[in-house]
Formats: sequence, C-alpha cells, structure tokens
Amino acid sequence: MGKLYNAIFSAGVAFVLACLMIGVKLNTDGTTLQVTGASTEQWAWIIGGIALVFFSQIFADQIDTAFGKIPKPTVSHFLPEGDKMAQLKPWLMAGVFVCMVIWPFMVSRGSVDLATLALIYIMLGLGLNIVVGLAGLLDLGYVAFYAVGAYTYALLSQYFDMSFWICLPISAGMAALFGFILGFPVLRLRGDYLAIVTLGFGEIIRILLNNWTAVTGGPNGISGIDKPALFGLEFTRRSKDGATLFHEYFGIDYSSSYKVIFLYLIAVVLVAFVIFVINRLMRMPIGRAWEALREDEIACRSLGLNRTAIKLSAFTIGASTAGFAGSFFAARQGFISPESFTFIESAIILAIVVLGGMGSQIGVILAAIIMTILPELAREFSEYRMLLFGLTMVLMMRWRPQGLVPMKRPVLELK
Amino acid sequence: MSETILYLIQQLINGLTIGSTYALIAIGYTMVYGIIGMINFAHGEIYMIGSYITFIVIAGLLGMGMVSLPLILFIALVISVLIASTYGWTIERVAYRPLRGTNRLIPLISAIGMSIFLQNFVVLSQGSRDVALPPMISGGWTFGDPSLFEVSFSYMQLFIWVATFVTMLGLTLFISRSRMGRACRACSEDIGMTNLLGVDTNRVIATTFIIGAALAAIAGLLLSLYYGVANPFIGFMAGLKAFTAAVLGGIGSIPGAVLGGLILGVTEALTAAYFPSEYKDVVAFSLLILILLFRPSGLLGKPEVEKV
Amino acid sequence: MSQLLLDVNGLTMQFGGLVAVNKVNLTVKNRQIVSVIGPNGAGKTTVFNCLSGFYIPTAGSVMFKGKEIAGMKDFQISRQGLVRTFQHVRLFSNMTVIENMLVAQHRHLNTGLLAGLFKTPSYRRLEQEAMDRAIFWLKEVDLLDSANRESGNLSYGQQRRLEIARCMVTQPELLMLDEPAAGLNPNETKELDELIIKLRDEHEISILLIEHDMGLVMGISDHIYVIAQGTPLADGNADDIKNNPDVIKAYLGES
Repeated sequence: MGKLYNAIFSAGVAFVLACLMIGVKLNTDGTTLQVTGASTEQWAWIIGGIALVFFSQIFADQIDTAFGKIPKPTVSHFLPEGDKMAQLKPWLMAGVFVCMVIWPFMVSRGSVDLATLALIYIMLGLGLNIVVGLAGLLDLGYVAFYAVGAYTYALLSQYFDMSFWICLPISAGMAALFGFILGFPVLRLRGDYLAIVTLGFGEIIRILLNNWTAVTGGPNGISGIDKPALFGLEFTRRSKDGATLFHEYFGIDYSSSYKVIFLYLIAVVLVAFVIFVINRLMRMPIGRAWEALREDEIACRSLGLNRTAIKLSAFTIGASTAGFAGSFFAARQGFISPESFTFIESAIILAIVVLGGMGSQIGVILAAIIMTILPELAREFSEYRMLLFGLTMVLMMRWRPQGLVPMKRPVLELK
Repeated sequence: MSETILYLIQQLINGLTIGSTYALIAIGYTMVYGIIGMINFAHGEIYMIGSYITFIVIAGLLGMGMVSLPLILFIALVISVLIASTYGWTIERVAYRPLRGTNRLIPLISAIGMSIFLQNFVVLSQGSRDVALPPMISGGWTFGDPSLFEVSFSYMQLFIWVATFVTMLGLTLFISRSRMGRACRACSEDIGMTNLLGVDTNRVIATTFIIGAALAAIAGLLLSLYYGVANPFIGFMAGLKAFTAAVLGGIGSIPGAVLGGLILGVTEALTAAYFPSEYKDVVAFSLLILILLFRPSGLLGKPEVEKV
Repeated sequence: MSQLLLDVNGLTMQFGGLVAVNKVNLTVKNRQIVSVIGPNGAGKTTVFNCLSGFYIPTAGSVMFKGKEIAGMKDFQISRQGLVRTFQHVRLFSNMTVIENMLVAQHRHLNTGLLAGLFKTPSYRRLEQEAMDRAIFWLKEVDLLDSANRESGNLSYGQQRRLEIARCMVTQPELLMLDEPAAGLNPNETKELDELIIKLRDEHEISILLIEHDMGLVMGISDHIYVIAQGTPLADGNADDIKNNPDVIKAYLGES
C-alpha cells in the first residue's frame, strides 16, 4: 500500500513540476506578455512523463535490481591479462598513434576538424582530471586557465608577432602562474568553498576579458590570430609578409585541408605529450601524494606531507594543461572572445571527467570523444545537449560515481 | 544637502532593495548548509524558476481579465511558492538524499548537474530569450533638491522592503516557535544525535530545502516585479551573489545571511555608482574570496573546530 | 645524563572557556614505552593533538630532542621524527597497501618534477630504497601478501597494523599510538603487544601510548601517566599506578 501511495505522491509532484513550466508557454507580443497553453502533443509528453514516474515508483525495487544486474564492464575485461598486457602495451600505443596520424588523410575535412576539437577536450579533461580526479579539488573555474592560455597566445601573436611554438610554453606558463596565484590563498579552503571560489574566479576572468576593451577587444574578441607554421612554412594561400608557404615549398597545389590536417596533427602530438607527462606524474611521488590528499588530508599532514605545496602543484599543473589547450584553441580558431569561456565550458569539462571516471585517464579520453562527437552525430538533439549533460551528471553520481571506466590501481612489483 | 550625499542616499536605497532579495535567497543556502553541511548548488535555479512562474501566473491572470493588483500578486505568490518548493523538495530527493554519506564531492557534482539540467529545462520549455512584463507597481516618492539631485524611493522598493521584512519575521517565528523549527535547530547542532533522539531527520532536511526554495521563490517574485525581465540564466548569477551573502554573514547563521545580503547589495550599488557597472560582479566575487581567506566563518558565523 | 627525547612542561589547551588540558607534564626517554591513561574525556587525545601539532597549545612547552616544537605546523613536527596514529584508523583507503607505504615516505623521495619525468638515476635509487623500506616494514607487520590490495579492503586488525607500519616507514624516533588496541580481539591485542615491544627493543624507538586496555598498558609500559579531567593525577610504573588511591577513585568514581 505504501508503494501505491508513494507512486501517487510522486506522480502528483511530477505534475506540479511540469504543469506550468511545460504546460504553459510565455510569449512576448509587442510589449505585452501572453501565455499560451501547450499543444496537445506536449501535454501527451507531460502525461507520459507522469506515468513514467508513477510506474517507476511502483516498480522501484525491480528497477533497482535490474540496474544491479547490468554488468559494469571495465576495460580490463577486454584486454589480456598482466604480463601479456605489459608486453603488448607499447605496440598497442604505437598502433593507436600511427592510426591517429594516418587517419586524417582518408576522411573528410569536417571529420578531421571535429577530431581536433575532441583532442582539445581530451587535453582539458586530462588536465582537470588531475585537479578533480586525482587531488580531489573541485575546480569550477577551470575554463579561466583555458582562457588565460588562449588570450596569452592571441595577444602575444597580435602585439608582438610571436610564433605559436614560442607562445605554447609561455601560455602554459602563464596559466600555471594564474593557477599558482589563485591557488596559493584558496587551497586551504574546504572542498565546497573551493568550488565556489574557483567559480567566482572564472567569472572574474571572463568579466575582465569582456571589459578590458583596449587590450582584449572586449566582447568582440581578437580575430586574425596567426595559425601555427611548420618550421616557418605557413599554410595560408598567399603570403602576408613574404614568409615561405607550405604548398609553394613542396610545389603542390594549395588546399585548405592541409592546414586542417596539420592542426589535427599538432593536436595529436600535444595530446600524446600531455598523456605521457600525466602518466608519469601519476606514478611519481607527487601523483601518489595528490591521491593521498584526496583520501585523507589529516593523515597526510601527520605523515609530514605539506598539503599546501601538494595541492598547489596539482592546481598549477592542471592549470598549465588548460593553458596549453587554450593556446592551441586560439591558434585553431583564429578568433577568440569571452563567449568561448563561460561557466558552461567548465561544466562540460567537468562532465567529461565525471562521465569518464575521476582519476581514470582512459575514461576521460573516451568521455571527451563521446561528448564531442555524440552531439555532432545527433544534430537534431543538439538543443538537448546541455540538458543531457546535466542529467548525466546526476545519474552518474547516483549509480556509477566511479565513471564509465573506473580508475585502476597500479600493481607494483615487489622486489 | 549636497548632491553627493543625495546621490549616496539613492544608492543606499537601491542597494538595500537588491540586498534584501539577496538575503532571501541566501537564507536557503545558509539553512541547508547549517543542517547537512553542503552547498545546494541548484538553489539559484529555484529563484529563476520562481521568477518564471510569477511571470506565467501574472500574464495568465491579466490575460483572463483580472484587474485587482493585490489579488493577482497574492495568487502569483502562492503558486510560485508552491511550485518552487516542489522543485526544492525534488532536488533534495533526487540529487542529495540518495548520495548522503558518500564522499563530499559526489553530491556537489550531482547538484551542479541538477543546476545545469534545470537551467536548460527552462531554456527548452520557455525559450532562452528575455521575458518582460510592464511595471505592475509604479510611482513613489521623491525628495531632495530638484536643481541638484532628486532621490526617488518607489512604491515597488517599499513593497520589497516590507515583503522581505514580513517573510523574515515569519521565518523567525517558525524557527523559534514551531516543532519543526526546533527540530531544524537541533539538527544544525548535531544531526546524528537529533536522529537518535527520534526526530525524523529526513523530514527536517526536506523541510529545509522547501523553506529555502519558498524564500527563493519570494525573491524571484519580488525581483521579477522590480526588474520586469527574466531569462533562464539569471539563476546562476543570483545564486552566486546570494552564496556570497551567506558566506559574508557566516554560513549557517540566518541573521548572518540577512546582514550579508544587505551589505553585499549596498556594496554593489556603490560600486555601480562610481565605477563602470560591469565591475560590480567583480567586486562581489572579490569580496567572497577575501572573506573566505581572512574570515571563513563570516561576520556572525561560528568558527569551525577541526575534528581529528 | 641521557637527554630526554620528549619533555612536555605545563601543557595547557583551552577551547573558549573550557580547559581541556591543564598543566600536563610528561617526559619520554630514549627506548621507552610511556603510556597516558585516564577516563573517557580526560583530554588524552587532546594532549596528542597538541604534541602532533593539530592544535596549537594555549600554554606550555613541548621539547622534542631538545628543540621547542609547540607552535610548529603538524607536517613540520612529523618531519622531526614524531609521528602518530589515530583513534579511528586513517588510511588512504582507495589506494593499495604499498602505495600507502610509499606516500608516507614522500619527503624522503626525489619529488622534483623533472627528475621524475626523466627518471634520473637519483630518482630511481630513492624510489627503490623507499620500496625496500616499505617491503621491510610490511614484512614486519605481516602484510606483504596484501601489498597490492586496496587498503580499505583489509580487515580491521590489518588496517591497524598497516597504520603503524606506515608510521614506522617514515623512520620516526617517537611513535605516538592513539588507542591502538581499540576494536581488536584478544589475539590481535597480544600480537600488537609483541609488536610494540619489538619496536622498542629491536628498532630502538620510543613509544607514547594512549590506551584504554589496562592489560596492555600495565604489561608493556615503562612509565605511566594518569590524567583526569585534563589534569595530571599521578605517574609512576605499573605497580605505583595500580595501588594509587587517586587513580582508583578516578576510575571507579567517588565512593
């Protein structure tokens, strides 16, 4: 009986939630505001939703057991065991890398472009994974460091005509510096305070970029940012200032897809570099200390670990990865504005980390690919993208907080 | 009186008006935090939904030809409080309760997901453009020297002050007099112990979310009448501001939230008066960061003792 | 005269108006097992928190190896060679046993970023040494077989032992144990007993112990301090304490 009461109650709640917000629509007609009732179709949806809530409450137990029965695959199920894996791993990595390099020459320009975008999100996801997944610091203003990286390159390129390759490390360094300056005071704060402060910081950076018109161009942003060059060879159709052009140097016809492929390849190299560095870091004392701090801060202190220094290093390294991605983003787009660096962007990167599995590198990479490619495949659902992101975060936390591909503990050889 | 002083008085009036609505939203943060020790990240969205419902109800009633302003406002208030409270309750049930007792990061992320979900839910159901309503309560008093600067204090502002005051009074009475209020106070001291004493703490937590949501809906009503516009994105900023107010006053303390809201409102109004108005948000966030750094327990909060 | 390892004088800790610890004096010599006992709420753990730097004492001095450590930060104190365990075990429960042991040695390792990225010889050597020490101590507490298990999955007794091993691997001179026998069965308590004595006799460290289990305390302590309501009540060896009327009164209540 209790169950039926529960179900009726939940259905009632669902009705209250939906009746005005979906059932009635506001229209502005000239200066007057009007309401119109939803179409029959929409009401059918509402009633369907209420029915769904009703029955899901009635069958709550069965649904829960059914969920429990769904196997939770881990990557290790698909891979050979232990020693064999250790032998295979370098080959596998090399194979993936080679495929990544050859692949763009066989597909359309659009696909390559999309893949480049996915690679940017992989970089961002991996960087945030250090901060959130490993060190357990919820950073909601991560996009600020991405913005710092992007603007550093854009400004240096615009005002000082510096090349992408010089700016890349400078951007990462600038982002790291910002991370350090912000991190130093705020890292002793408790988890949720930290989340809000970083969120506020992200907004401050965006507002400053928006209003410091003289330097950043304000809401109009910065356009005409130079694209990266290959050892001084540029990928434009005509030379601006007498620089050698890629297609002239090799004596081939100009094609804009060279540039796209070149950008993609840069992204592949950058991602490979980031993966290598983070992989090492995770197995270094500092990486272990990050995780230990996430697990128990008091125990860390009692063992002589300086928590401020350790948190700061996670924050700074995470920030520099975002700066790295940011300068590449600026170079790829050729145009940046504060619009690209809103809180939504931070939320998407966080969703990538959460979906993939906090701390899990493979998980984050997969999630970044899914999150960038899925909305493209299902264009008609693109307006539902953020709605689904939010929903995914709620559902994942409830049923699978460890993510799609949970982090695996390293097995250390005892000798 | 000189022009400068009149100008300052005007900013104070404006600041206290906005500040009192921050205070209403901030109470939701502070009460939830006081009891479960967590930030309700989706709280700003409740305020936004409250605004939308106010718009829908008012536009609907006007469309039906109702003319009595007090009646319209009353119906709008009742419906928006009712629906927003339901949203508050649902947030607790869906995003918080199943996750109680897990790592702190997990409910926080779930609530952020909830916030994104609600924002986009409104974008999809009501569109992302501004909805606007002509002023409902117009007119006011002016004083000062017309040749220098005239200070205006509108009826709308008075309405906001009075409404906020009455709401606060009601809340205070509820917390100090009612059974549920006593249970709330007990829970914020020690939730585990309160549970052992036979109080249904689940109900207390749910009530806290509902009260917070109701107050946010009232703020939504007041501000949508004051500004006359709303869009699905107002909840994010308002939530951040109100959180700042809660922290400023000392999170967990209800009088603190009120004080923090008023101080923040006035600070913003003064910033906007003397600097480009875009920087008022920067000032608010900088204030937040400074407080957390130098006085994390806020103006009226209790300092936390770390338990080993 | 042999120097005192730990010399606490007039240690006082006040929370607002409440005096949790009142003028406690305490000394620990090299290779000594010293216990602090007292009824529940006597302020024993507060004493520990003051010594290990989690609280900054209101008054009094704490000399460790002849150096004032009161007011130092917690992580600085543990670097001096004074390490503690907790009443409720605090492990890095999602990390493996061996990782717990390696984290504890953080400050003995080469934590330079570049050294680790390029795996320099000095980095490798220090990592290997840390590994060796970790393995040594895991053997001592009989946990080597579980080295790659997640520490949260160990049994309670194993978790207790791991916590001690994790302290020992930092090479302390004074180990402070906060109710190490709490929740252990008699058999495990006996093993713990042997381990503590072994730490003193073979590894030549001193141990400061808070304990409720009188049997354990009486059997192994070289010196016992009794505090009640934050105030020192008595001190002496096991026999002195057993026969002290004040102590009996404090434990059994006024009669």
